[in-house]
Amino acid sequence: MRPEILLGGAAAFVLAIVPALVPWTAVMLTIALAIGLSVLGIVVLLRAGQVSFGHGLYYATGAYTVAFLVSARLSLDALILIPLGGLVATLIALAFGVFAVRYRDIFFAMINLAISMVAFALLEKLYHITGGGDGMNVARPTLGGVRLGRAAFEGWMFYTTLATVAIASFLVGRYLDSPLGRALEAVKSNETRLEYLGVSGNRVLHVGYAISAALAGISGAIIAIVNGHVAPEFAYWVRSGEFVFIAILGGAGNVVGAFAGSIVFEVIRNHAAAFAADYWQTILGLSLIVIIMFAPDGLTQLRFIRRKAQS
Amino acid sequence: MFKRPFDALCALMLLMSSALAADKPKELVVGITTFLSGPASVFGVPGKNAADLLIADLNAKGGILGVPLRPIFIDEGAGINQLMSEYRRVVLNEKADVMLASISSASCLALTPIAEDLKVPNILWDCSTPRIFEDNDYKYSVRTQAHSGAEMLAAALYLIRNKPHFKTIAGVNQDYAAGRDQWGLFLVALKALKPDVEVVAELFPKFGAPDYSTEITRLQALRPDVIVNTSWGGDLDTFVQQAAARGVMTQSTFVFPLGESSLERLGNAMPPGVIIGGRGDHYFLHPKYAQQPAFRAFVTRYREKTNAYPIYPVLHMAQAFAALEDAYEKAAQTNNVPWPSSEQLMAAFRGLKFRGLTSEVTIREDNQGLEDQLIGTTIRVPEYDFAILDRISIYPAKLVTTPVGERSADWLSKIKPEIASDPSIETFTAGK
Repeated sequence: MRPEILLGGAAAFVLAIVPALVPWTAVMLTIALAIGLSVLGIVVLLRAGQVSFGHGLYYATGAYTVAFLVSARLSLDALILIPLGGLVATLIALAFGVFAVRYRDIFFAMINLAISMVAFALLEKLYHITGGGDGMNVARPTLGGVRLGRAAFEGWMFYTTLATVAIASFLVGRYLDSPLGRALEAVKSNETRLEYLGVSGNRVLHVGYAISAALAGISGAIIAIVNGHVAPEFAYWVRSGEFVFIAILGGAGNVVGAFAGSIVFEVIRNHAAAFAADYWQTILGLSLIVIIMFAPDGLTQLRFIRRKAQS
Repeated sequence: MFKRPFDALCALMLLMSSALAADKPKELVVGITTFLSGPASVFGVPGKNAADLLIADLNAKGGILGVPLRPIFIDEGAGINQLMSEYRRVVLNEKADVMLASISSASCLALTPIAEDLKVPNILWDCSTPRIFEDNDYKYSVRTQAHSGAEMLAAALYLIRNKPHFKTIAGVNQDYAAGRDQWGLFLVALKALKPDVEVVAELFPKFGAPDYSTEITRLQALRPDVIVNTSWGGDLDTFVQQAAARGVMTQSTFVFPLGESSLERLGNAMPPGVIIGGRGDHYFLHPKYAQQPAFRAFVTRYREKTNAYPIYPVLHMAQAFAALEDAYEKAAQTNNVPWPSSEQLMAAFRGLKFRGLTSEVTIREDNQGLEDQLIGTTIRVPEYDFAILDRISIYPAKLVTTPVGERSADWLSKIKPEIASDPSIETFTAGK
C-alpha cells in the first residue's frame, strides 16, 4: 500500500508540472486521465476476475447527463456536473446490477455488452432527443463559479481532473484493501468458499460494479466538459473494449497501471494521427503489439522485471 | 505641453499596429479535415487529392500573397471525438492559420464552436447543414458553397418539372445531421409545390451502413412512384449496387440530390432516368464550362493524377482555395497591410465574389455562400462506361437559396409552384 501511494504521489506531482511547462499537453493529459478513471473501473472488476465489455454505457451515461444538464440551461458548475454524471451512472449500475451480477466470466462480459449496445442504439435512434449520430454540443460551463476563457479553462480543468483522479485512486486503493475489496479477490479465486463464510458473492460484486460504474460516469462527465461534445460512440462496444485493453496494457489489477496505460495509449494515438493522417490506425496497432510483446504483464510490471534482473 | 504625451501615444499606437498586422509568415499552414478512412473515404480522398493539386498550383505561382501553403490533413473517419482533439492539436500545436472543415455535417456542427473558441478562420468546404448559420452567428466560420436548403429545393423543382405525375414518395436517408435535414427540407419544399403527395416511407439507415436489404425489401413491397436518397460517398454506392442487384432501380423514379459524386464509381449499376444533383453546379461535363480551356485542363490533369473524373468534393475544394486566395488578397488590399490578421481575413470574406472552377459564388453577410445548383437525369452513352447527365437544369443561387434571417424550413414551406418554371432557370437539352 505504502509504495503505491508514494509512486502515485510522485507521478501526480510530475504530471502536475508537465502542462505548466508544455501547455499543449493539458487537454491530452486531461483526456488520458479521464479515460484512466473508466479504466480504473475495469480494474476494480478485474480484481473479481470479471471483465465488462459494456462500460461504455456508464461512460456515455456520465457524458450525456452533463450534455442534457448543460443544454437545459440550469447553469450548473463543472464541479457539480462531474459528480452528478457519476451519480446517475451509479444509479443505473445499481439497477442493471440486480441481474448483471448474477453472471460470471464470459456471460458477465456479454450481458454488459448487450446492455451497452441497447443504450448505443437508443442514443443513435432517438434523434430528436439525443441528436442521433451527431451527438450534442456541450457549452462550456463555469468552473468553480468562474467563467473562464479557453486556455485558462483547459488548464484548470486539467488540475480538477488530476485532483479527481488522486481522490479516486486513493479511495479505490482503500476500498480494494478493505474486507469488501478483499472479498472481490475471493470471488475470483474461490466463490464457493466465500459463500460458505456467509458473504454473498453477488452482493460483493454488486458493490464493485456500482463503484466501477461511478468511476466510468465521472470519466464520461469530464470528457463531455473538456471535449464540448458527446456522441453515441461513447456507448459503442469498441470504446468499452478500449477500456479493457488499456487496463491490460497498464497492468491488470493495478491502480497506477490504469493511468499509466491510459496516458501511453493517448500519447500514441495522438502522435500516430499527427504522424500519418492516412494510416494512423496501423501505427496505433503496431505500437500496441510492440508493447504487448515486450511487456506482456502490462507497463507497470516493467519495473519488476528490472528488479528481478538486478537481484 | 500636450505634445510629448501625444507623440508617445502615436509612437505606441504605431508600434501596436505593426505588432497586430504582423509581417508575412514563412508559410501558411492550412488544416484540412476530410475522410481518409471508412466508407466515406471514396469521397474524402478525392478531396485530399484535389487539395494537393491546388496547393501545388498555388505554390508554383508563389503561394498566397507570396507565402507558400503547407497542408495538414486530419481524418474525419476517426470519429467525432478524435476529430475534435486533432482539430485542436493542429490549430494549437501546428499553428494552423486557416482550417478547412469538413465533409460531414456532424463534423461541422461539432467543429464550428471550436473554431470560434480558438479564433481560427474556418472554411466549411463541403458540409451542408443549414443549421450552422441559421441557428448561430459565427464570426470565424464561412461556407464557400451552398447549404441543403438550396440543394433540396433545386432537386424538388426539377422533379416537379420533369416528372410531374407521381402520387407516392419514399425517402431513404442517412441517420445523421445532413440526412435528417436534407430529407426534412426536401419534403417541406415538395409539399409546398405539390400538396397532394403521399409519403409512404421514411427510412433512416445508419450512416456508413454496409447493408440496405431491409430498406430495399420495404421499397420493393411499397412500390412508391418516387424514391429520394440524399446519401453520398460509399453509402450511396452500396445502396445503388444492392438496389440494382434486386431490380429496384428500374421500379421507381429515383432522386439522388448528391449523386454526382457516385456516377463514375457506380458504372453499370446506375440505370438511365435517375435524377442526379451535383451539390452546386459541379459536373465534369458542365454544359457551360466543359469546353473552356481552364476547366478542361483541370479535368485532364486531375484525371492524369488520380485516374478518375473530378467529382463535387474536388470542385468544392477548388472553391475553398479560390475563396481563401481572394479573401487574403482583398484583406491585404483593404487594410493596406502585407499580411492580414485573422479578423481582417474574416471581414474580407463577407461580400466576397470568387470563382472556383464553375460559376461564381458570392459570400453573403451571414457568411453563407450563394452557389448555383445543377440537376440532371442520367443517360447511357457509348463514350463513357458509366451514366452521364442529360436534360441538365441550372438553378441560380438567388432563386433557390433561403434569404438571410429566414430559416430554411419556414421559407421552403412558402415556396410557390410557379418558380419551377422561372425564366432564370437555364436548361440544356440533350445532345449539348
